[in-house]
Amino acid sequence: MYNHILSIILFTPLVGAALLLLVPKENKDAIRWLANIFAFLGFAVSLPLVPWFWALKERAGFQFVEGAPNNWIPSIGAGYVIGIDGISFLLIMLTTLLGAISILSSWNAIQDRVKEYYIWFLVLQAGMLGVFMANDMFLFFVFWEAMLVPMYLLIGIWGGPRKLYAAIKFFLYTLFGSVLMLLGILFLYFHHHTLTGVYTFYLPDLYATAPKIGGHAAIWLFFAFFLGFAIKVPMFPFHTWLPDAHVEAPTAGSVILAGVLLKMGTYGLIRFSLPFFPAVAMTPWVREFMIVLSLIGIIYGALVSLMQKDMKKLVAYSSVSHLGFCTLGIFALNPAGLSGSVLQQINHGISTGALFLIVGILYERRHTREISEYGGISNVMPVYATITLIMFMSSMGLPLLNGFVGEFTILQGTFMENKAWAAWAVPGVILAAAYLLWLYQRVFFGPVNNHKNEGLLDLSGRELATFIPLVIIAFWIGLYPKPFFQILSTPVNNLVATVRPDYPGLNKPVLAAQPVPTTPADMPGPAKTPETPKPSTNTDGQKPGVATTQKPLPVNTAKADLTAAAAATGK
Amino acid sequence: MSMHLWIIPLLPLAGAAVNGLLGKRFPRALVNAIALGFTAAPFAMALWVAAQFAGLSPDQIPHIERYATWLSAGAFSAEYGMYLDQLSVIMMLVVTGVGFLIHVYSVGYMEHEGGYYRYFAYLNIFMFFMLTLVLANNYLLMFVGWEGVGLASYLLIGFWFLKKSAADAGKKAFITNRVGDFGFLIALFLLIKHFGTLQYDSLWPLISRYPVETGAAGLLTAIGLLMLVGATGKSAQIPLYVWLPDAMEGPTPVSALIHAATMVTAGVYMVARSHLVFNRAPDAQMAVAVIGTLTAIFAASIGIVQTDIKKVLAYSTISQLGYMFMACGVLDYVGGIFHLMTHAFFKALLFLAAGSVIHGLGGEQDMRHMGGLRKYLPYTFWSMTIATFAIAGLPPFAGFFSKDRILWSAWSSGYHVLWLVGVITAGMTSFYMFRLWFLTFFGKYRGPNPETVAHGHDADAQHAGHTGAVQDAKDAHAAAGSHGHRSPHESPWVMVVPLMILALLSLVGGWAGVPHSLHGSDRFGTFLSPAFNEASATPGAAAATPAEAKPESEDNSTELAFSSISVGLAALGFLAAWWLYYKRPELPERMAKAAGGLYTLLLDKYKIDELYGAVIIQPLILLSTNVFWKGIDQGLIDRAVDGSATDAREASDAMRHMQSGNIRSYAGWVAVGAAAVIAFMVWRGVR
Repeated sequence: MYNHILSIILFTPLVGAALLLLVPKENKDAIRWLANIFAFLGFAVSLPLVPWFWALKERAGFQFVEGAPNNWIPSIGAGYVIGIDGISFLLIMLTTLLGAISILSSWNAIQDRVKEYYIWFLVLQAGMLGVFMANDMFLFFVFWEAMLVPMYLLIGIWGGPRKLYAAIKFFLYTLFGSVLMLLGILFLYFHHHTLTGVYTFYLPDLYATAPKIGGHAAIWLFFAFFLGFAIKVPMFPFHTWLPDAHVEAPTAGSVILAGVLLKMGTYGLIRFSLPFFPAVAMTPWVREFMIVLSLIGIIYGALVSLMQKDMKKLVAYSSVSHLGFCTLGIFALNPAGLSGSVLQQINHGISTGALFLIVGILYERRHTREISEYGGISNVMPVYATITLIMFMSSMGLPLLNGFVGEFTILQGTFMENKAWAAWAVPGVILAAAYLLWLYQRVFFGPVNNHKNEGLLDLSGRELATFIPLVIIAFWIGLYPKPFFQILSTPVNNLVATVRPDYPGLNKPVLAAQPVPTTPADMPGPAKTPETPKPSTNTDGQKPGVATTQKPLPVNTAKADLTAAAAATGK
Repeated sequence: MSMHLWIIPLLPLAGAAVNGLLGKRFPRALVNAIALGFTAAPFAMALWVAAQFAGLSPDQIPHIERYATWLSAGAFSAEYGMYLDQLSVIMMLVVTGVGFLIHVYSVGYMEHEGGYYRYFAYLNIFMFFMLTLVLANNYLLMFVGWEGVGLASYLLIGFWFLKKSAADAGKKAFITNRVGDFGFLIALFLLIKHFGTLQYDSLWPLISRYPVETGAAGLLTAIGLLMLVGATGKSAQIPLYVWLPDAMEGPTPVSALIHAATMVTAGVYMVARSHLVFNRAPDAQMAVAVIGTLTAIFAASIGIVQTDIKKVLAYSTISQLGYMFMACGVLDYVGGIFHLMTHAFFKALLFLAAGSVIHGLGGEQDMRHMGGLRKYLPYTFWSMTIATFAIAGLPPFAGFFSKDRILWSAWSSGYHVLWLVGVITAGMTSFYMFRLWFLTFFGKYRGPNPETVAHGHDADAQHAGHTGAVQDAKDAHAAAGSHGHRSPHESPWVMVVPLMILALLSLVGGWAGVPHSLHGSDRFGTFLSPAFNEASATPGAAAATPAEAKPESEDNSTELAFSSISVGLAALGFLAAWWLYYKRPELPERMAKAAGGLYTLLLDKYKIDELYGAVIIQPLILLSTNVFWKGIDQGLIDRAVDGSATDAREASDAMRHMQSGNIRSYAGWVAVGAAAVIAFMVWRGVR
């Protein structure tokens, strides 16, 4: 099992989906039970990964690698290679957990076409896991596109009144981004062939050659990938598909959409954009452009969120704001910013996932999401009100809960680079308190004015079960985030060392150095000997001491040029 | 030796957890026992810790305990740890002691309320965060407490969440505080960036190597000013004080604990804790002093005309906090903390006594409907009397010593204007407090029978506010019915005893700091000043700061002369109040009429709330709704997206007509195509 753990995690949902095909569609309860069992199983099989990965957390590069380059379609150099590092590990755990929770939450919400719903949901689950696991650009793209379809169907079939508009908008937006990204992937593929004479989509090989692309081509490529990812995140101004998709999607769809799907954008930026085009990412105007888009996203998302009258739309816009923090941390391009960003992605999955569940609970009872329809709900649903308060506090970044740790780390990392960047992001924290507390007041406080709300039932056991793990994790990350940072420190430091070779206190980057099974002998590529760097505690570096004039690390342009970046990857 | 200081904050947290999760099913007595037990225990432990602390030798101070790493990212890390020095000992004792007394009082005050267990759970959560704030050994953990007390305050202000005004006030408090946190956060980032740590014990030596930033403002000035922004939020100073008067929507014991005695002093604590920064940043320190002084007189002027007993006390709190800032600003941190302590005693007492009055009148808060109450509420009257004399700064009550120390520090450090404003404020304080005293306890009882309550003044009466609202709601507080407007009555013992203890403290609390000029020994100053001693924080560092500029050997007669000025003004305030509100009670109304616009302006609190609303909030709402959401999002981006979809459809629609099914047209297209290919080949020169 140890050697195939990733495949097991990846295929468990698919097995579930296949088995569901055999159940007659009239037997709804059997379908529900089977889907829930497999969703839970999907989470359960990912649990052994926790101790196993923990033991390897200090090893750079991809772990638990399965498959080999070019073993799938050798003629074009595509392979079934999957492997994870700390970043993908956390996102995979988030995916399996949220997958199980959202399937559990759909029990009553979905009454039509139950069988198809669960099948598509499980397929979606596998697609997302594949995206986080793929070590081959071809495989990655297959998963990336494959999970579009089930999401499209989830919105389009089980969505609200404007579901078709929302679904098509979602599909076209993301497809548009994907097409440009595909062109980018093909460019890298042929470029690799030009340099080495080998056709391959194998990610570590592309890591070695992609940074050698120089000049305008690199910038165009960067933006081709960026567009694909930015639409997914979504960054301002590519975000308008998100509110529609969220409002129309069924609750579980929203949970997965916000919790996991958006993270594929930020994951893509971290996994591909930065290591492929380090020099472009460090080009001052590109970087500033990214930062400015993130800052606009933070403030703009929060302000628009403030004025929403539909709860779900409010939460959707708050996602734009929160994801702004994530991209801000990414383009801070230092260990604190990046690890804060990844942690914040997890946090956002937890908190916003919970917020969508929360909205869904009221929607299931009242079939409206208009804030003005509610008021005084804490009188009739006290447990629900308490859970909501905790998750709101988590989302607005109250210390001792998860959101604070992520936001603080991101802001601190950003501040190291540029004070103004961080200063512009902080109002987002203030506004988060404003829109969430105002929402809370309007929905939960006051007397029950609307008689339709008088008989609302508090959380059932099943509903409570969907929240408990999220609350526990919110407190865990808030109180003791150290293990998460430990898991992230190796891949993040590695990445920073790749993008900014002169960043002090980091080990030499190791991007592809893993024992890759059955590497073809003629395959050129970076050093593949397992190089276990020292536990990369970077405490000895960057200790600023008393320095009165210690400058922020300058936005590097001179050193991070192409040759340096290429040299850094071990060539 | 570890004192296991972590137990102190965690005890109330445990109480909150038990009451919060299970309290609903508990009988009241059990809820009481848990809430009181888990606050008495930390108080007892704080006393024990203080005794242990007294036994430490100077080189063991500060006593630091480290438990675990909390978060570490990049090169920065912060830990869970506790920091015990003279300052945190005093804060810890004040918080646990006053906190415990107010818990006891609450048992009586909240007796008739729904959501009893919820109230005590919140109150205990507050204690947890406040103790974390004062005991933390790094700024980040202090920030945890800082935000946490804000949360507790939000929950407790909004405790009567059925009332829109209460829910609004809670939200306003939280968000205003968040605005202040903006400054605090950026200050923390600056500290991290330049010193790489937020741990006090690592920071102090690094900071003390900085020279005093005279002339050019530098890093420490920036840090100091940003911290001040944070402090103005939490401690209700100009310009962020607006939340505190509204916070009076909360239950009165909450006002006493959070909005008078403890939480609002967090900003003062933070400034005092960061004295090394402020000592080196004259501009920041000057800003602290000026903001404090301005706030003191500004709030006092509003307090003079308010008619709601709690609002008067709220503005008086803001004003007194201004004094504490003034003290810190003139680098008399000891004076600031001394006043913090005595203020905690007498202001908690004032609120509790006012609460007793409100309780006794079945929820009446308007002083115009009180009067003559000393006959009905004798214990309340006497304790209120002591508190009033204390806050007015009359000897030998506690407030005299602390306030006088601050004023003297201001004068002797050369801030003569600040002294003048401060001493005028002292006179105003005395006036509005005795006004409250006379209006409430003297003259004839102008009390209402229930019919006459509706007199146009928007009754803030908390108990009676919303009887019409949902009666059957579980958390509705059913107080109004249970002891409505019958004749005024004294409060039960469980409320009166805390009043008496606090009255005693308000009397003798100042005696710990009798100045040398009055032949005292200033034990308070002797105990606390090492905490602000540069040398003790950083062994070997030159104490090249004006911190110790206080001229100890100044001749006592000058100091005494200045004392008599402020006492004289306080006495004048008393006499004016006596004349206007006891002797000639018809005069104030005439004067108010004569003052006209000025009076209205004061009554409307200078219309600052309206100003913020018009300048900040409304534009923001309009911008978000009309420009961002409806303009950019829906108008611009979505129209572009939908437009391109429409364009695509129209384009395909146009092309659809090419597939007409007509063979001849197909042949035509083939011919056109072939011609195009040939033309292209010719053009490219293909043979």
